Amino acid sequence: MLTAKIAAIVLLAGAAGLSWEEIRGVAIMQGFAGLSLFSIFLLMALGLAIIFGQMKVINMAHGEFLTMGAYTTVLISWLCESYAPGMITWYFPVAMIAAFLVAGAVGFLTEWLLIRHLYKRPLDTLLATWGLSMIFQETFRQIAGARETSATMPDWLMGSWQVSDSIDIPINGMFLLGASIVLTTIVVMNLQLTRQGLRVRATVANRDMAGAVGINTRMTDRMTFALGCGIAGVAGCAFTTVGSISPSAGGLYIVDTFIVVVFGGAGSIIGTILAAFGIAQAQSVLEFFLSGVLAKVFVLGAVVVILMIRPQGLIASKIRK
Amino acid sequence: MNTLYRSILGGRSGTIGFVVLALLLLVLLPLTLDAFRLNNISKYLSLSFVAIGLVMCWGYGGILSLGQGLFWGLGGYCMAAFLKLEAAANIAKEAGSDQINALTTVGLPDFMDWNQVTELPWFWYPFKSLPFTFALMIVVPTVIAYIVGTAMFKRRVGGVYFAIITQALCWAMELLFVTRQGWTGGINGITDLRTMLGWDIRSPSAQQILYFVTCGGVLGCILFGRWLLSTKFGKLLMAVRDMEDRVRFSGYDVANIKTTVFCIAAAMSAIGGAFFVLNVGFMSPKLITIEPSIYMVIFCAVGGRMSLLGAVYGTLAVSYGRTFFSEEFPALWYFLMGSVFILVTMVFPQGLAGITAWAAPTWRWLTRNFRTPPPSPPEAVAQEATKP
Repeated sequence: MLTAKIAAIVLLAGAAGLSWEEIRGVAIMQGFAGLSLFSIFLLMALGLAIIFGQMKVINMAHGEFLTMGAYTTVLISWLCESYAPGMITWYFPVAMIAAFLVAGAVGFLTEWLLIRHLYKRPLDTLLATWGLSMIFQETFRQIAGARETSATMPDWLMGSWQVSDSIDIPINGMFLLGASIVLTTIVVMNLQLTRQGLRVRATVANRDMAGAVGINTRMTDRMTFALGCGIAGVAGCAFTTVGSISPSAGGLYIVDTFIVVVFGGAGSIIGTILAAFGIAQAQSVLEFFLSGVLAKVFVLGAVVVILMIRPQGLIASKIRK
Repeated sequence: MNTLYRSILGGRSGTIGFVVLALLLLVLLPLTLDAFRLNNISKYLSLSFVAIGLVMCWGYGGILSLGQGLFWGLGGYCMAAFLKLEAAANIAKEAGSDQINALTTVGLPDFMDWNQVTELPWFWYPFKSLPFTFALMIVVPTVIAYIVGTAMFKRRVGGVYFAIITQALCWAMELLFVTRQGWTGGINGITDLRTMLGWDIRSPSAQQILYFVTCGGVLGCILFGRWLLSTKFGKLLMAVRDMEDRVRFSGYDVANIKTTVFCIAAAMSAIGGAFFVLNVGFMSPKLITIEPSIYMVIFCAVGGRMSLLGAVYGTLAVSYGRTFFSEEFPALWYFLMGSVFILVTMVFPQGLAGITAWAAPTWRWLTRNFRTPPPSPPEAVAQEATKP
């Protein structure tokens, strides 16, 4: 994807009579724009890959958990600004943890009140969580107002990194990319290496058997759901570095996210990463040539066609239904 | 005659339910509501076609499509294309022959003119004739549903994956309609539709007639659905929903059964879309994207996913509630609607139909107990029963 894109850009730029130095600059900048989109997709899809991929719960309110994390960040930046202006440089890690805890706790409650009654009817979770997302959005609107807000960014997140004359990489974009890589690593390690991850995988693979060997499957479900929501909260926190937040901000990404998870192959984190990368890069390549909306149409069309040929997604999990 | 009564009207209780709905739609509402509200009801009714299709597809077939807006929209756009060409021709006629030379794009829809499209695109030509329009209105969505259905169901894609893929398709089509401004009118859609074969569809009398035609269509779809579900196909459909593998091992082609019901639901949605355009006089991509499609599923869920009559009540109730609350208490509306979805899925999975099914015996029990005050001894009950 990336090489095709660079080649295409080189050709175009060459036709426009740019120097080699400028061409390289444009290619790197464009590639970086695609990487930023990839980071947002990945952060958002990571939680969903756990909730939808592992638990088969269609959480349409996932975007609202992202919004929740973002608003938590905004609230903490505001508190910090009002009461401890000296700490403004370092509030961000605190906000990240707080976003995780808030979204995770709400996710925990959601599972307990709502989702656990619907495991036998996966399609019904869609309706119930759609209702939940409406309630969340309206709550945000009542509390924070309908207008867009944004968190105060510490100085070290502002500005950009001037590599050369023509290459200018924004710091917040790099931070977003870094955050998504770190978070993905943590999630994969958590799933593969810890007891908690083992319990999750056992419950997904065979619920009855996992229960028989002494795993508390209901508690595992609840913790898994809370973890997925918490990751969405961290994604929201990272999201505030690149964009402003409004009550419906998370909802805008929900369909994209589902497509990323389905395209990657539900149940496979590696597949999710590949799908997020592929879709984000394809979209930014096409945006270079076509209008943004038409690029979206082509990407959606391509994804649907690929899924028709390969319904299990890019990386198929080896678990039987 | 008796089999007809059993299969189409669903016996005594089915007939009562159908007659009650028919009386409500054809007598009670036209007598009590003013012209504006009645037009609103016909707008809602044109959405209930989708809900009826979803009852068959989702409630009985177990196939949840989140992209029914696609088919509804295609039907609507086909109808709108015909009406728009007629409107454009009327404008050209009114302008008179002396003006024609001044206008470079005579007889073209106004939005094409604005987008520098100087010649009618080839796929607009069939919409010059009404029979072709009617045919395409059904055929185009059905063919798309057939292609999607075959591709998915032959590969045994179902459930959640199917839902998400249909959602993606619906979104892709909406975006396509938005970007191709010169062909589809872009984000504004196709507007200013006034006449159909010279008949002014915006006049009050025409709107009243269209209301009754829409009602007729809804009732017809319900009868068709009942007939279909009472046939062997209907039984197979439920069998596929409940135990797909067993049907497959019995030698049936499961993919064909699913594709058929998906196509029927698509065709019904398309008819609803066409009625919407006739009743409202415009079509826009905002009406066919993801959120309206989810609303269509919600109409069906609130009404009761297993009840064809419930689909109509569900559509009317949710749409009316949406209009009423968003006018009066916009903030409350989202909380209320959200709670309704949660409540319906958690407590009343059978929707309004489930509530009536639960309420009817209770009501009978209550009324009986109030009629005979003391808990009667057995012989009194026997006497009661043998009374003429």
